Amino acid sequence: MRGSTAHVGRARLGALTGLVILALGACSEDRPQSVLRPAGEYARKADGLWDLTFGVAVVIFLLVEGALVFTLFRYRARPGREAVQFHGNAKLEVILTLVPALILAGIAVPTIRTVFDLARKPEGALPITIKAHQFWWEYQYPGAGVVTANELHIPTGRPVYLTMEGELTDRVSGGNEVNHSFWIPRLGGTQDVVPGRITHLTLEADEPGTYLGQCKEFCGLGHANMRLRAVAQTPGDFDAWLSDQQQPSDPPSSGLAAEGARLFAEGSQDGQFANGPACASCHAVDSTALEAANIGPNLTHFAGRSTFAGAIFKRTDENLAAWLENPAGVKPGALMPDVGLTQEQIDALVAYLQTLE
Amino acid sequence: MATVEHAQPAPVPRTGIVAWLTTTDHKKIGILYLYSSVAFFLLGGVMALLMRAELARVGLQFVDRSLYNQLFTMHGTAMMFLFIVPFAVGLANYLLPLHIGAPDVAFPRLNAFTYWLYLLGGLTVMSGFLTVGGAAAFGWTGYAPLSTATYSPGAGPDLWIVGLLLTGVSTTLGAINFMATIFGMRAPGMTMFRLPIFLWNIIVTSALIMFTFPVLTAALAALFIDRNLGGTFFEPAAGGDAVLWQHLFWFFGHPEVYIAILPFFGIVTEIIPVFSRKPVFGYKGFVLATLLIGAYSFSVWAHHMFTTGAVSNPFFSATSMLIAVPTGIKFFNWIATMWRGNITLRSPMLFCMGFLFMFLMGGITGVFLASPPINYAVHDTYYVVAHFHYVLFGGSVFAVFAGLYFWIPKMSGRMLSEGLAKIHFVLMLIGMNLTFFPQHQLGLNGMQRRIPDYSEASGYEGLNLLSSIGAGLIALSILVFLVNFFVSMRTGKVAGDDPWGGYTLEWATSSPPPEHNFHRLPPVRSERPVYDARVKLGGRRDRG
Repeated sequence: MRGSTAHVGRARLGALTGLVILALGACSEDRPQSVLRPAGEYARKADGLWDLTFGVAVVIFLLVEGALVFTLFRYRARPGREAVQFHGNAKLEVILTLVPALILAGIAVPTIRTVFDLARKPEGALPITIKAHQFWWEYQYPGAGVVTANELHIPTGRPVYLTMEGELTDRVSGGNEVNHSFWIPRLGGTQDVVPGRITHLTLEADEPGTYLGQCKEFCGLGHANMRLRAVAQTPGDFDAWLSDQQQPSDPPSSGLAAEGARLFAEGSQDGQFANGPACASCHAVDSTALEAANIGPNLTHFAGRSTFAGAIFKRTDENLAAWLENPAGVKPGALMPDVGLTQEQIDALVAYLQTLE
Repeated sequence: MATVEHAQPAPVPRTGIVAWLTTTDHKKIGILYLYSSVAFFLLGGVMALLMRAELARVGLQFVDRSLYNQLFTMHGTAMMFLFIVPFAVGLANYLLPLHIGAPDVAFPRLNAFTYWLYLLGGLTVMSGFLTVGGAAAFGWTGYAPLSTATYSPGAGPDLWIVGLLLTGVSTTLGAINFMATIFGMRAPGMTMFRLPIFLWNIIVTSALIMFTFPVLTAALAALFIDRNLGGTFFEPAAGGDAVLWQHLFWFFGHPEVYIAILPFFGIVTEIIPVFSRKPVFGYKGFVLATLLIGAYSFSVWAHHMFTTGAVSNPFFSATSMLIAVPTGIKFFNWIATMWRGNITLRSPMLFCMGFLFMFLMGGITGVFLASPPINYAVHDTYYVVAHFHYVLFGGSVFAVFAGLYFWIPKMSGRMLSEGLAKIHFVLMLIGMNLTFFPQHQLGLNGMQRRIPDYSEASGYEGLNLLSSIGAGLIALSILVFLVNFFVSMRTGKVAGDDPWGGYTLEWATSSPPPEHNFHRLPPVRSERPVYDARVKLGGRRDRG
């Protein structure tokens, strides 16, 4: 009996050691989306609470598991030992109820203060409006009158106040939109984008860089492929980027790209391709056209982005060609239709898109 | 009108399959529930293995995205609705009349009806896999508008709704039956404060079921109307509200979490005293803590909705932290029950220890989730998946096996093999930690739930592979259990009436008990009538 108890004890110890090694191993990996690597003020607030709660939790965990192990070992069955028949101890029970209650109150006070803190609209913040679609993100900069998609540009050292406008209807199907959730782990928390509701989230980045994020609320077949990127730039670079966005991109004057521009706007015949409408019926190439045909992502400065289609593909000619040929084939669930492009049309459109800087 | 007297034929006892199909005996119905719920557990487990196989490596190898979405939806649905709650209902069905010294439940035919309704509902839910469009694929939480007809067309989601409506009605009727039985059919001397703690947990669970399952039923009916009859409950464009579904679902769903854990608190609270050779420490504290958990559980639902921006986060954060206090009381009482005892680690006790060690982890990670700023960071990531599997697998499933090892000898008259039980335990403990511990880290590294694939650059592959290996170990441990069960049922040692030196009334009758449970009841003077009888007869107080 005692032999097998020790055996189980050893197994448990072995498992625990394995887990500790595992946890340590994980820490050395590159973790582009780690919530424990805050890169700005708002992510740091949550991280600070994590540290406080984690400290308390580890102590409680060790105390309780220690008490369990001690009890199991100290009072293991021995010949001749008789269990002491007692039914309770009211005073001890009250004390041991109050102690955890007080510890929790100690955690609750800074926690709830932080909740109010995070919910406050910060002074001097840059406002950006976010809309979520199956399966991509739309960003509007109301001050500048600019609209862009999937890659969010923000200035460093300044809070960014996001306003999530939950669309009532899906622009493609005309049916109701579904829930999405916006999240860039290293810059701040999560905020759902709920149809018919307006919600807010504040982010901030200390240093320039690219920060990865993704949709967090299950939204259908393309959920895993609804990623996003935030590009943090120094205030000077950001202002330059923003004023670039306010300008139209230069239309190509000749060659394959010019043919692509014509196809984009007019299709192959009467505003249509073989199996669907011309690109321009869903995609605008005027980034200040906030209310224009943004059924799909606004493509004005498409070639200024490093990725496309929910930030999952690198913007290469090959990837673009594969996407145009069969969107739902390379990104299941994508709502962009396969309009029946020929290889020549694809080549022209890719050439055109790659000029939209 | 003349009446014709017919001679009453002597009742012919039914045997074989007819006996099982027509039974109103709570023990047989309980066993049917246990077999069915374990079958759904195995089915849900196979789905989990398919998901883990898919996630072990970058890229899609085994299933496509659509099937993956069906798998995680039906895994959650099977485990929450068709396994864990019905298992508790089945065990309560078997034990409840025995525990209170009654011949059966208050409404035996209603009892049979609830079982067949549950089975019908469960098969209806699962039959979605046989339809052209596949089973429901919107998560076990069924969030609208994704679950409306626009995004989830086809028969699979409707079968999901109708099946859950049936099991929901079944569960509600079962809860009423349990309440009526406990309040109306206790043996002389069995006062409320002498009830086994297990039954106090069943009382509170039943109350939670009666208050919350009708809410789920209403929500499912509304969703069905939206999908099929042109309703707009959850359609904001037509004046509905997308968050309404979340409120309704979680107003049911959080008490549901307690419905899925309280009976298992009850199981370990029955087993730990027996193998410590002591009475339970702080009986009334346990009862009070159970009642408090039940009451508080209605005030915490919106902690599932911290990121919606539609609820008062400070309020729901405070209530969610508060609910940790009564759970803490229970933990303290379990340890104190073992204190100064004489502890033997037979298989049921071993699984109870697994429960204590693992559930503590799940409880503590839950406190982090009750903190909205931390929740904003880890909501809908694998951290949450790890948390609730420590609660429901580390907690409930360990207690499931504790209960099976403890009571199968009573139900069958044969003991299970202790050696195989220990192999089962060690494999399951290692497997579960290997599966779920790395998921904490995956969540903190930013891996969100409900994705069939992740990119190479994410750095998730190593930990996912470990997690999948762990899932294989869990599967192996379950196979060991099944071998143990089927072999022991044929060749296991004969159990006798009371193989463990039990305390509660089921140990005062034969194994298995006769149809009407007791030929003779010992007097009930405390919460341990069988212990009292043993001491009075001059038997051992204690096992060395």
